[in-house]
Amino acid sequence: MTAQAILASPTKARRRPWVQHSILPGFGLSLGITLAYLGVIVVLPLVALAIRPWELGPAGVFHALAAPRVLAALKLSFGLSALAALLNAPLGVLLAWTLTRYQFPGRRILDALVDLPFALPTAVAGIALTAIYAPNGALGALAAKVGIKTAYSPLGIFIALVFIGLPFVVRSLQPVLQELDHEVEEAATTLGANSLQRAVRVILPALGPSLISGISLAFARAVGEYGSVVFIAGNLPGKTEIAPLLIVIKLESYDYAGAAAVGLAMVAISFGSLVAINGLQLMLARRGRA
Amino acid sequence: MTKLLPSRRAMMAGAVAAAPFLAGKAFADTAPITLLNVSYDPTRELYKDINTAFAAYWKGKTGQVLDIKQSHGGSGKQARAVIDGLQADVVTLALAGDIDEISERAKLLPANWQSRLPNNSTPYTSTIVFLVRKGNPKAIRDWADLVKPGVGVITPNPKTSGGARWAYLAAFAYGSKQGGAAGGKDYITKLFKNVPVLGAGARDATTTFAQRNIGDVLLSWENEAFLTIDEFGPNFEIVYPSSSILAEPPVALLDKNVDRHKTRTVATGYLNFLYSPAAQELIGKHHYRPRNPAAAAKYASGLKNIPMVTIDQAFGGWKKATATHFAEGALFDQIYKPA
Repeated sequence: MTAQAILASPTKARRRPWVQHSILPGFGLSLGITLAYLGVIVVLPLVALAIRPWELGPAGVFHALAAPRVLAALKLSFGLSALAALLNAPLGVLLAWTLTRYQFPGRRILDALVDLPFALPTAVAGIALTAIYAPNGALGALAAKVGIKTAYSPLGIFIALVFIGLPFVVRSLQPVLQELDHEVEEAATTLGANSLQRAVRVILPALGPSLISGISLAFARAVGEYGSVVFIAGNLPGKTEIAPLLIVIKLESYDYAGAAAVGLAMVAISFGSLVAINGLQLMLARRGRA
Repeated sequence: MTKLLPSRRAMMAGAVAAAPFLAGKAFADTAPITLLNVSYDPTRELYKDINTAFAAYWKGKTGQVLDIKQSHGGSGKQARAVIDGLQADVVTLALAGDIDEISERAKLLPANWQSRLPNNSTPYTSTIVFLVRKGNPKAIRDWADLVKPGVGVITPNPKTSGGARWAYLAAFAYGSKQGGAAGGKDYITKLFKNVPVLGAGARDATTTFAQRNIGDVLLSWENEAFLTIDEFGPNFEIVYPSSSILAEPPVALLDKNVDRHKTRTVATGYLNFLYSPAAQELIGKHHYRPRNPAAAAKYASGLKNIPMVTIDQAFGGWKKATATHFAEGALFDQIYKPA
């Protein structure tokens, strides 16, 4: 291969200056398939959702969304999802740490258990959680003795959301923890760092981006969670009625447009939060690199 | 959940046991004709029996082998599934309003569907009663006791459950007897303040009450109350209030679907069979109130006669009742407006 041939390809690429040249072939084909697939699987249904509510007219959509019951449901769903994801952050770090850093009998079994909330059909999770946390269940009875209502209260919803969110945080962190070089920590120790400094200044910054992505995945999953929550929530409008349930109820009263309006609002809020979280992640990644 | 399962498990076992038998017959004749009955929540056990009886009857009459499938869920949810394309041949729902919606939105059957079969297309009636815990510790005797402070009332969400709509209307009728429309509104507002959990369907609410031990009284279909007693024995008692509502769960043929499936004859036969002495007997056995006088008389001793309002007299029909009570922003939604 001559030097001219090697020089020729960058000039070709310059015709499309926004495309970073890759020496791997097949860019056109793979991008084409990617766009078509994402279009059919993701964008098309979202467009259908986005079109539906407007048969009510802009005022109608606003009216549907401004109803106190809808606002309460959105607040409950997004608020509890955020809280559950935040609780899962420190505990998820601890679990991932224990499972990757230590060798002990039964570690593999514990490791497999983490995936269970992920693999369990959501309705099964809901039934199991309700059986335990109902006032006549094992934990529910204990909580009731000290005057705490678990199932059929916002706390019950929170428990379900923590349950389903846990694997996302742990599984995002584990590969990073495994890759983290012991040498870096050893170097920090030889430079005089104590264990707290090591954790906060060496390990946490490395975990930051994946922790955030784990939290955002757990959050996104919790927002849309329906199956396990409807069993344990009391489903009272304005109190324990989550937004996905409200959508189902609207559909079942033949209010298709109203249901789509709530759905669209959920997509918008979810998308907004994910963009914000991605931005934060990018910022952290840059700072980590600097 | 576990205690309610045996009946379903028995059903599955029955289906599995029957399968080779049916398949053998199917080979002897032609392929079985499939019929889908989309029904509401508490009728699982009833239609399981009726389907077996009808399949035998139809086989004897025509030689055709039937495979009757049944689907159950909250009445509103089932109606929406049919509107959205679930290929039901017949619907047997909790209230006429839901079949009206199918007629109006999906045009699967004519608007006058309810006049095509005897008794307003309702082969049986039922009512709403109270199910309380053993010994009736909160001394619940009538509607007035439900709104007392500290009483937990379990009922499904009237937005999704047909039974809950009947219960809501029975409660409203009681309230308006005391003080007109304002009295009705006042009463149901107080009533739903005492509801700690809103289930999606009748079976859901029964599970909450019977399995999870939530609440002191369940507003229940009469047949579902008896079924709970059958399942749980002496843990519960049925209380008949001083008045209730005459619930008329209607049945209908979905013309467009049966024509597409070429099942009109057998579907018509199925619905007519519901009025036959054999089916009426099964209806009575499952604690519904048969239309057939002989069957009604046979099972009359178990079911108490109480004054009942009807949807047409007290509420001017389903269309009006839905608009006033259950539509978006109507009375039921107003109960849950934050004060």
